[in-house]
Amino acid sequence: MEHTQYTPANYKSNQSVRWCPGCGDHAILNSLHKAMAIVGVPPHKTAVISGIGCSSRLPYYMNTYGFHTIHGRAAAIATGFKVARPDMTVWQISGDGDGLAIGGNHFIHAVRRNVDINMLLFNNKIYGLTKGQYSPTSDRGFVSKSSPYGTTEDPFIPAELVFGARGNFFARSIDVELQISQEVLVAAARHKGASVVEILQNCVIFNHGIHNFITDKEHRAERTIHLVHGEKMLFGKDKEMGLVRDGFLLKAVKVGEEGYTIDDVLVHDAHTPSNFLHQQLAMMDGHDLPLALGVIRDVDSIAYDQAVEEQVAEVRARKNFSSLRDMVLAGETWTVE
Amino acid sequence: MLDKTNVKTLDKVVVRFSGDSGDGMQLAGNIFTNVSAGLGNKVSTFPDYPAEVRAPQGSLSGVSGFQVSVGVDVHTPGDLCDVLIAMNPAALKQNIKFLKPGGVVIVDIDSFKEADLKKALFETLDPFKELDIKAQVVEVPVTTMTKDALADSGLDNKSILKCRNIFALGLVCWLFDRPLEGALRMLKGKFAKKPAIYEANAKVIEAGYNYGNNIHATVSTYRIETEEAIPGVYTDINGNTATAWGFIAASEKSGRPLFLGSYPITPATDILQELAKRKDLGVKAVQMEDEIAGVCSAIGASFAGHLAVTSTSGPGLALKSEGIGLAVIAELPLVVVDVQRGGPSTGLPTKTEQTDLMQALYGRNGESPLAVVAASTPTDCFTMAFEAARIAMEHMTPVILLTDAFIGNGSSAWRIPEASELPEIHPPLLSPNQVDAAWQPYTRKDEDMVRYWAIPGTEGAMHRVGGLEKDFNTGAISTDPINHEKMVKARREKIARIANDIPALEVLDPKGADTILVGWGGTYGHLRTAAGELCAEGKPVAFAHFNYINPLPANTEEVLRGYKQVIVAELNTGMFADYLQAKFPELNIKRINKIQGQPFLVSEVVNGVTKIMEEK
Repeated sequence: MEHTQYTPANYKSNQSVRWCPGCGDHAILNSLHKAMAIVGVPPHKTAVISGIGCSSRLPYYMNTYGFHTIHGRAAAIATGFKVARPDMTVWQISGDGDGLAIGGNHFIHAVRRNVDINMLLFNNKIYGLTKGQYSPTSDRGFVSKSSPYGTTEDPFIPAELVFGARGNFFARSIDVELQISQEVLVAAARHKGASVVEILQNCVIFNHGIHNFITDKEHRAERTIHLVHGEKMLFGKDKEMGLVRDGFLLKAVKVGEEGYTIDDVLVHDAHTPSNFLHQQLAMMDGHDLPLALGVIRDVDSIAYDQAVEEQVAEVRARKNFSSLRDMVLAGETWTVE
Repeated sequence: MLDKTNVKTLDKVVVRFSGDSGDGMQLAGNIFTNVSAGLGNKVSTFPDYPAEVRAPQGSLSGVSGFQVSVGVDVHTPGDLCDVLIAMNPAALKQNIKFLKPGGVVIVDIDSFKEADLKKALFETLDPFKELDIKAQVVEVPVTTMTKDALADSGLDNKSILKCRNIFALGLVCWLFDRPLEGALRMLKGKFAKKPAIYEANAKVIEAGYNYGNNIHATVSTYRIETEEAIPGVYTDINGNTATAWGFIAASEKSGRPLFLGSYPITPATDILQELAKRKDLGVKAVQMEDEIAGVCSAIGASFAGHLAVTSTSGPGLALKSEGIGLAVIAELPLVVVDVQRGGPSTGLPTKTEQTDLMQALYGRNGESPLAVVAASTPTDCFTMAFEAARIAMEHMTPVILLTDAFIGNGSSAWRIPEASELPEIHPPLLSPNQVDAAWQPYTRKDEDMVRYWAIPGTEGAMHRVGGLEKDFNTGAISTDPINHEKMVKARREKIARIANDIPALEVLDPKGADTILVGWGGTYGHLRTAAGELCAEGKPVAFAHFNYINPLPANTEEVLRGYKQVIVAELNTGMFADYLQAKFPELNIKRINKIQGQPFLVSEVVNGVTKIMEEK
């Protein structure tokens, strides 16, 4: 672990955490405190902005500047904050309902605009705070209080939405994967531009076990793959499985069988500008191919807030007005004696 | 600011059609003239033919023009025009000298290709810059749209291009509210023997008219003149630009950088566009993805320590309501400009009304009081934008600034103030040495109940705000019933105490008046003029005009109780009258109302007041 002058405790507020016992949010909060200490941005230079929902309570538990806003709007508020103050580090916290339903428009535009904010999406596929309605990430047929006969609609896959909005950073973790969560949160913080981190989170009350297919300890090793830039795409209990190309698609193979050798296994390149392979990796769901965790895409690009700052500096230097009056006087005027 | 001003519907409008001699500008001009005459306008025309009958197409010597002045009291075609239509670069070059300051140029941008510019002897590819045109230029793809409109007409290309003038005519008819029936009748007469050509022109004139409608093209036909000219340097300014500049001035006076989060909406878009230009003064204007994001980004910038503004019109204000409520409970400074237009819903986007008053005062969930101010004239938009920003920052509250399409688009001569003429603005910034155990995010100053603005980045002042109710003392989330009531009252009291920090209501009181005419916002010029006329007619009427709506000036009740009757004239069904009556039940309030998307006529107010005075 890297060391900065800060410890996770520096980022904890004195408020008692009010999430339900066993909620996945507790683990994510701990990972975030640790990640912040590693990155080392001082607490007073950090702002945490959230919408409404269980996850959006998070700012109260941070010893930073914090803003618990209104439902769905955190991305827009964070955008204004960051454009005004590029010197501050901004984290934006949303759930799947807050971020992708009522706030869907702000979500895609914040990603497209590439504002330098770290967008955390806690995905538990349910509305928890309103006690158990299906969300835009709930699977087709999902039975909930507002879909007693099962939903008749398809969900968003957050990664697909991020790529559709031309995102340059996407990472994924699971609440219980503390190490991976910490790793992706650090990478998100260091990425300049909009960074989206999806964290599969378990709502112990209203959607307990929704991610079990993935998180089940017995099968997690073969149903997930931890992608690391520059490393072979290997998974399984003994890393005996690998991802190889199969035409335009991906295929999971056992290394050393059916003629596949370790040389056939792809090396993860999170930094390549093309999102073609990133999207395929991000769309893997744990069934035929393992669900991808880790930093899937992390491509450098100019952040919106930075571009605004540069344009302001450039135009100011060129026009060289000292004040409003100075600017107005340079236009068409006349004098009354 | 009860200056003597005159609001005039421009007695006349001068329009100059110009193009190549083959472009049919005379025909377009003639039809516009005749249509206007048919509507009861006086007209005077000046056809300006080229000297050479067959000068080369697109050349400077081949330019043909037709100037027409329409309106009342028209005796000449006018020296200068309000609207110049230039069908090609040569026409622009030859005619731009005839345009009034603050006029509008409409060009067929399809005819501004490199070859066209060469024919007109332009040296660069930017004719507008080369001619140093500061006027508003509306670039319309006239040729393309004429061709598209007639794609299925079966006409050959040459005949189609001959209809370009009629497209331009359709657009001008939209700008000046001329119904097309008269023009169609004239076209039918002209092309009686060529029904196919008539059909084509009929289609094209409608296309031009609809285009104007679709792009919400507007030309203000009003002007407001102050009669007392104070020495100084003046410029011509419209209300929306004045609004934008008022915020910049407030930013300079407060030291807080200016941020605008906005979304295009007629008739407020000019504010966004002006502030987008003002990157040269360090302004950050962001065009967000929707109205909600506009206000929310501004709230984010406010939390970050900026003077934050969002600009909109009625439908946008509706969308912003929840966001404004957040700024109310978070007690963050925010200015929301509503350039009012005709409603409800999409209503009359290019027309003026004062129908958002109740929305501004009450259009939010819960008890969410905020300050509401209104501007009276185009230049007053500067003053009230400055005031809105001052109140927002010094009192840590959202402020809604109401202007309207009439003063937003209307222009006026404006004396450019010296920086020293404007008051300093002192936001209640939390200074680093105040950061101690005693300070809490909602610690209020005793005198005005205002909390401190702790700017992010300040060491030791990390704090959380949000939309949940919070404890009066600690600022932590609280659901305690007694605390909630205390907080509701504290927020209310904070707004009420702004009354100690705004000017008293001024009254123009001729001797012997027992009636007072009252207005608010953009009707000022008409009402002031009407009051003057009534007094001149020997019907003494006092006059007071409100710029501060919530809270009202502290002396409001005292002033209004001095009259037997109070006549409230406004462009809605009586919102301000209701508001005053609810606050001061003893007042004898009468109403003059107009809801036609148009400003008052002075005569309507004079007649309305006279009638009420005679009734008693």
